[in-house]
Amino acid sequence: MIVGAAIVTFIPRVLPLMVLSRFQLPEWATRWLSYVPISVMAALVAQEIFKNGENISFSTNNIELLAAIPTFFIAIKTRSLLVTVLAGIIVVMVLRFLFPA
Amino acid sequence: MGLANDKIETVADSRDKDTFRQGVKDCVPTLLGYLSIGFAAGVIERTAGLSIAEIALISLILYAGSAQFIAAGMMAASSSITTIIITIFFVNLRHLLLSAALAPYFRHLSPLRNMLVGSLLTDESFGVAINEAAKKNYISEKWMHGLNVTAYLNWCVANIAGAFLGQWISNPETLGLDFALTAMFIGLLVLSMLSRKKIRRDVVVAIIAVVIAVGASSVLSSSMGVIVATIFASTIGMVMEKWK
Repeated sequence: MIVGAAIVTFIPRVLPLMVLSRFQLPEWATRWLSYVPISVMAALVAQEIFKNGENISFSTNNIELLAAIPTFFIAIKTRSLLVTVLAGIIVVMVLRFLFPA
Repeated sequence: MGLANDKIETVADSRDKDTFRQGVKDCVPTLLGYLSIGFAAGVIERTAGLSIAEIALISLILYAGSAQFIAAGMMAASSSITTIIITIFFVNLRHLLLSAALAPYFRHLSPLRNMLVGSLLTDESFGVAINEAAKKNYISEKWMHGLNVTAYLNWCVANIAGAFLGQWISNPETLGLDFALTAMFIGLLVLSMLSRKKIRRDVVVAIIAVVIAVGASSVLSSSMGVIVATIFASTIGMVMEKWK
């Protein structure tokens, strides 16, 4: 598993640097690729904040969903990955302390 | 992969004025980020059941925070190896864009030396490098290696430190550490949107991805839902841009 994951991570990192001096990607492909980070991150965030065990949950006692709101604002405001991650952890810690499951 | 970076060749490239040492120095502002996220990754991987040796291996050869968090989470949820690898592939497809953006600056190097530059590319090292390129109009190969190797070593140290501490943290959830992954995705999502000048279309694509991911995971497994949502939402984004 680790080796397979390492290979699929390695290829997109090095391939463009190695071959793009020789080939040019077609325009539609670069356009499609430019939307991949946004789609995949949005889908992953959705899965993380709406899931409650095995089920999808929109309820207000979903702490991850509540914590995601200030985390978004902090990300927009600070534009820093580090501050966003630290703030997110602290918000969840506080919420779980206030509303134990 | 990264070990080959030890043999930095001494190149008589007249533009290679910037040293390896300068690259190391320019990496310093990002170190706190590597340390804290790497540390959180180590703790999560440990509590997901990976041994310290496995954590060392995963940080050495995978070397990608988002992918390591996903691997840990999906292993804890006992997802199949194939879906883990496909999900990681899509998450790390963003490196394709980073690597492509740097390619013009390293066009004069051989494919093998470009492979060494690319093998340690991360979101943060790309950020530092593209800023350098904007200032100087070129990127020195040695400087890039200094930047990459510093980040790499820090990441591995942080992961292993987290792995050791993870042994004594019986319940990382009370500390909110499991949310590090979600917060990191939120951060990467917001940062990649803000760095483009297509906010409205990006928001539409993101919302479509959210709806498909939530909808599809009631039918498919949640990791397949992410894959389906990524393919559909990216295609819709591509088509919308064409119509405009």
